Amino acid sequence: MAYKIVTAHCTACGACEFECPNAAVRFKAGAYVIDPRLCTECAGQFDAPQCASVCPVPKTCIPA
Amino acid sequence: MADIISLGGLQVASRDELGKALEGGGCAASSCGSKAGPADMDPATWAKVKDHPCYSEEAHHYFARMHVSVAPACNIQCNYCNRKYDCANESRPGVVSERLTPEQAARKVLAVAAEVPQLSVLGIAGPGDAAYDWKKTKATFDLVQKQLPDIRLCLSSNGLAMPDHVDEIVAMNIDHVTLTINTLDPEVGAQIYPWIFFRGKRHHGIEAATILLDRQMQALDMLVARGVLVKVNSVLIPGINEAGMQELNRVVKQKGAFLHNIMPLISDPAHGTHFGLTGQRGPTAAELRAVQDLCGDGANLMKHCRQCRADAVGMLGEDRGQEFTLDKLPEVVEDDGEKRAAYRDWVAREREDRRAAAEAAQAEVAVVAAPPMLVAVCTKGGGRINQHFGHATEFQIYEVDAAGVRFITHRRADNYCVGGHGDGETLSEIIRTLDGVPVVLCARIGEAPRERMAAAGIEVIDTCAQDYIETAILDLYASRNRRDALTA
Ligand code: SF4
Ligand code: SF4
Repeated sequence: MAYKIVTAHCTACGACEFECPNAAVRFKAGAYVIDPRLCTECAGQFDAPQCASVCPVPKTCIPA
Repeated sequence: MADIISLGGLQVASRDELGKALEGGGCAASSCGSKAGPADMDPATWAKVKDHPCYSEEAHHYFARMHVSVAPACNIQCNYCNRKYDCANESRPGVVSERLTPEQAARKVLAVAAEVPQLSVLGIAGPGDAAYDWKKTKATFDLVQKQLPDIRLCLSSNGLAMPDHVDEIVAMNIDHVTLTINTLDPEVGAQIYPWIFFRGKRHHGIEAATILLDRQMQALDMLVARGVLVKVNSVLIPGINEAGMQELNRVVKQKGAFLHNIMPLISDPAHGTHFGLTGQRGPTAAELRAVQDLCGDGANLMKHCRQCRADAVGMLGEDRGQEFTLDKLPEVVEDDGEKRAAYRDWVAREREDRRAAAEAAQAEVAVVAAPPMLVAVCTKGGGRINQHFGHATEFQIYEVDAAGVRFITHRRADNYCVGGHGDGETLSEIIRTLDGVPVVLCARIGEAPRERMAAAGIEVIDTCAQDYIETAILDLYASRNRRDALTA
């Protein structure tokens, strides 16, 4: 159970990193990636995954 | 590419040399009078704006600002913005070609400050929202303030996150903030903002627009209450928010906004924005002017805004950003604060002179009973007519009558994707741009373009090169109307 970032769509704005409650989003080798070991899909913390809610590009933060 | 001559020509050390560099030859300036001086402002406000090219129409002739893009994250989506888009030839807010870490940005500011004595302001203005991506904004400002205490800081925001940071903004001595507010009506807002992200949740439609408006008004009230100068930006979108613009102007003025900047929507399908793709058009120059005229007695309208790119460097209307990209920055920058201090001294004297000069010329036209006249001016700064017609990428439009000279707006002469245009086409573009303006004042013009302009009914005059703008216009208007009286 984790989310992932579709790098090809990502604008590298960093908003998801900023909002993730579990510090699962990292900037690595020039791209934002989600660490599946840390990602909880925001279960129990928010109604919807924060990365997907803030991301400006549709279908960029999606279930892995 | 923007013309970089105006700043380059001024990179000299002493006050006297600076004076010479700007005065050059040409006819002797007698006098001139800009209305945007300290007379109509309280001293505290004037002290805050006098060196800020974005807040004072007069200051933009003398001072340069730079923007750095360190805060790319945003908390709302606007239908006129597409953050994926990036083009070095394009000049519009929210567009930037280089993203910087706070450390890189501070290094860039230091390098520019060492090169450009006119630098007085550092702004963080997107892409993204400076108040939402606050950690990066604050880190950048902290670094710059430590190294360059004489540079003023400003930021712009859509307002949603602003109320959370007002106290820090005051503590950091940021005395200028820009809020983009496009409407007071949530139903209209819903057509501009598809969604916002607030307190862990994405909101849509009227609900989103209501929250946003609420936070914007809260931000405006809080900033004004703490003595921060607030400029309100509004994007004029024909058929969507123009009907509410006068009321918006009235309300933000009543709440204490210092300036209201009504900017035209820039919309092109190639930008990939929602409005670009749906064919929503921007306003014509006449439509923009009509709305600005309606708002005439509201918040001071800022008519000299160039909608500069988020990473712009330079005087208003030019961009030297390409000269200061990261790979071109020196490792260690020697900053010479003295040069900026000397330049500011010189400007203080020059402004006095310009103001005194205008008063005398003003006396000449006070007796003229003739209709107002529009005049276009080519200038590269310093408040003087000092640009070659062929180098002008924009024209400053002034209106003159017996009451004096007023800056109306600037009109761009180029497309924002320059290139691929022959000279003939550029001239036709200029003629279209100057529709309704019978006279152009410039430093020089070639014979062929002069004749083509004349054939289109636009007289281009280059005999008052290096004169103060207001003085030259007042003299012209006075002599024109004497001549008309003689021939009548
Ligand atoms: S779904 Fe939630 S926990 Fe997972 S990366 Fe996105 S914000 Fe972080
Ligand atoms: S919010 Fe979306 S666009 Fe921005 S960095 Fe994260 S995945 Fe990329």
